Amino acid sequence: MDFSNTEEQQMLQESVQKFVQKSYDFDTRTQIIASEKGFSQENWDLFAELGWLTVPFREEDGGFGGSAVDLAVMMEEFGKAMLVEPFIAGAVLSGGVISEQGSAQQKAELLPKIMEGKLQLACAYAEPGSRFNLAHIKTSAIVTGDTVVLNGSKTAVLNGSNAEILLVVARESGAATDSEGISVFMVDAASTGVTIQAFANVDGKKSAEISLKDVSVPVTQRLGASGSALQALQGSVDRATLAVSAEAVGAMESLLHKTVEYSKTRKQFGTAIGTFQALQHRMADMFIECQLARSIVIMAAMKLDGGDEAIEKTKSVSAAKSRIGKAIQKVGQESIQIHGGIGMTEELDVGHLFKSITAAEIMFGNTDFHTQRFASL
Amino acid sequence: MNADFTTDELQFEIEVQEFLQNDFPAEYREKVDAGIRLSKNELVRWQKILYKKGWAAPTWPTEYGGTGWTATQKHIFATEMGLIGAPEPVPFGMKMVAPVIMAYGSDEQKQRFLPDILESNVWWCQGYSEPNSGSDLASLKTSAVREGDEYVVNGSKTWNTYGQYADWIFCLVRTDTGVKKQEGISFLLIDMKTPGITLKPIVLLDGHAEVNEVFFDDVRVPASNLIGEENKGWTYAKVLLTHERTNISGVPRGKRRLASLKRLAGNTDDGFGNTMLANAAFRTKLAEVEIELQALEYSELRTLAALSVGKAPGPESSILKIVGTELAQEMDELFVDLAGYNCLPFVPEQFEDGFQGEAIGPGNTAAAALTYFNNRKLSIFGGSNEIQRNIISKAVLGL
Repeated sequence: MDFSNTEEQQMLQESVQKFVQKSYDFDTRTQIIASEKGFSQENWDLFAELGWLTVPFREEDGGFGGSAVDLAVMMEEFGKAMLVEPFIAGAVLSGGVISEQGSAQQKAELLPKIMEGKLQLACAYAEPGSRFNLAHIKTSAIVTGDTVVLNGSKTAVLNGSNAEILLVVARESGAATDSEGISVFMVDAASTGVTIQAFANVDGKKSAEISLKDVSVPVTQRLGASGSALQALQGSVDRATLAVSAEAVGAMESLLHKTVEYSKTRKQFGTAIGTFQALQHRMADMFIECQLARSIVIMAAMKLDGGDEAIEKTKSVSAAKSRIGKAIQKVGQESIQIHGGIGMTEELDVGHLFKSITAAEIMFGNTDFHTQRFASL
Repeated sequence: MNADFTTDELQFEIEVQEFLQNDFPAEYREKVDAGIRLSKNELVRWQKILYKKGWAAPTWPTEYGGTGWTATQKHIFATEMGLIGAPEPVPFGMKMVAPVIMAYGSDEQKQRFLPDILESNVWWCQGYSEPNSGSDLASLKTSAVREGDEYVVNGSKTWNTYGQYADWIFCLVRTDTGVKKQEGISFLLIDMKTPGITLKPIVLLDGHAEVNEVFFDDVRVPASNLIGEENKGWTYAKVLLTHERTNISGVPRGKRRLASLKRLAGNTDDGFGNTMLANAAFRTKLAEVEIELQALEYSELRTLAALSVGKAPGPESSILKIVGTELAQEMDELFVDLAGYNCLPFVPEQFEDGFQGEAIGPGNTAAAALTYFNNRKLSIFGGSNEIQRNIISKAVLGL
């Protein structure tokens, strides 16, 4: 039993910390969000150069190893600084779907480009009305000869406005929530019939609503076999869920630290507010939440890397996301409360950390969803 | 980073499992499952079985007859004990007074007291809290005045667990009233048969007299029963309070109770044609408890892993205490929830050892409310959960 980071993990952690310290202060982040793309291409190129984009991928795919623990170590540091670059959307989720579902040829063509930072991807799975049910796919894929025609609406497509290729999850057969009949198609974002409405989410990350109207692509653009994509999608969303949970652990740690420091300097009634027991106990509870959140993310990461049955892995991800969600509400809300009015302002990073973790609570299934999924497995 | 045991540790786990399967008396297991208290004789007998195996004192160093186990081995042992429902040793001798004697007692005191604790020949109880000194323990008033070779002790102690069984009591007493409250306290060992000691049982909400008030009326104690130096008792007591805080989380017992909740829920009708296990509201609560247990388990493993590479147990143990006790109390609520009407009959004697009458209610569901009431103590004793939050605020957050 050993819960310390390996040398490689430590190097990875330090490398992210160094980058954040040098190039990702709060003002820089604000400018990046305000830019047209909503992320920094320069940073993305650097991520590729530093090898970070290989972390989610297995060695046989040319990656760093694909360890969930490695990924969690890295995401935690991302979370502390609220990085908005589309790492989860492009590398973990879209890269994961290709790695799990793509043919050898498709993988050979696409994965190196992702890892080199030369290809932006987005995975369009969620739909209006699907909430968090991955099998709830109404977008239709009608195959005629060598062509497939896609029709439907997609929502919450992270990185949707910057992606060159959209991974569109669509139904070839079956009813709206059947687990069979779901395929993934690689669609050029510039294709006729694709309408992309871009915006930034509350956490500053770029997202989009996408409508597909008679979008026609060659059937060779299907990833893997027909109608068989749900499992790969599920596996990739699980890893993305872990990644976003680890990001939240980092952000919560930042919030706790900032809140405690603020309470030591902010004076009211002639004394630092951190001397008030009513606030001390709230911060002690925030600390406990942060520790439990970290513990359960470590558990889920270890399970994903270990030899357990697939169902146990999925269950551990849901356990983590469910528990993280509770911590998020507690730590986020208390941070704002203890900061008081200043915590409400746009100029302070604390409010943005709160917004980041609030988005994390919802992404890939909220607390209630994952509690129910845990109970049902 | 990994949570795996080594081959040796796995081997040890099997050895512990086999021992417990064979040597933990089956009739005790039945009683524990039925929520019936084990008697003093039964607890002592079990402790002597452990002694014979050489496993009576997992937390002691080998020079005093301890096992010399690693932190991980202790964890494995505690886990297996908890899973099978085997009671841990009554802590007052083994885990509380013994470490203080080892650290600060004279050689004569070590030879006199430790072997009997190890072999469970002598039952100890605790004399810390007083009617007016709860969480503010250092404000205690029981006085010990030196007269020649003796101390004369006057005052009272309370929340004294199982003092009715005890042969000896370890006490914090005030030996100097003219200094800061922490600096006038001494640590004294007192024979319970000494004239002037009387016990008044305190019946708790579950109808059981688990604790007592102990009165000291001119009790004469040999000065040789003083541990270490006079007026240094508070320092020794703090060592006791921080010592061996691992295994405080109750994860193994929690797992056992969770399994029992699931079993019970599967056999309990929700009144609408389903079992309670299929009842959406109950199932959600059950899932939340199971998830919390996992978060707690990995928090404990993280603490343990830090211990096993030589780090001292820090204020992290306060987390384990708070979360562990609050989770245990949540499980109590679920048992009450499942029992419904069945936990309303207040017939505490049916859970006492030797009860001959006919039990009311199916299984041990009638124990649910009693356990719920009794376990409110968990967040109060051992440093209330508010005190634990104070510790985190000060020691971790620097507030």
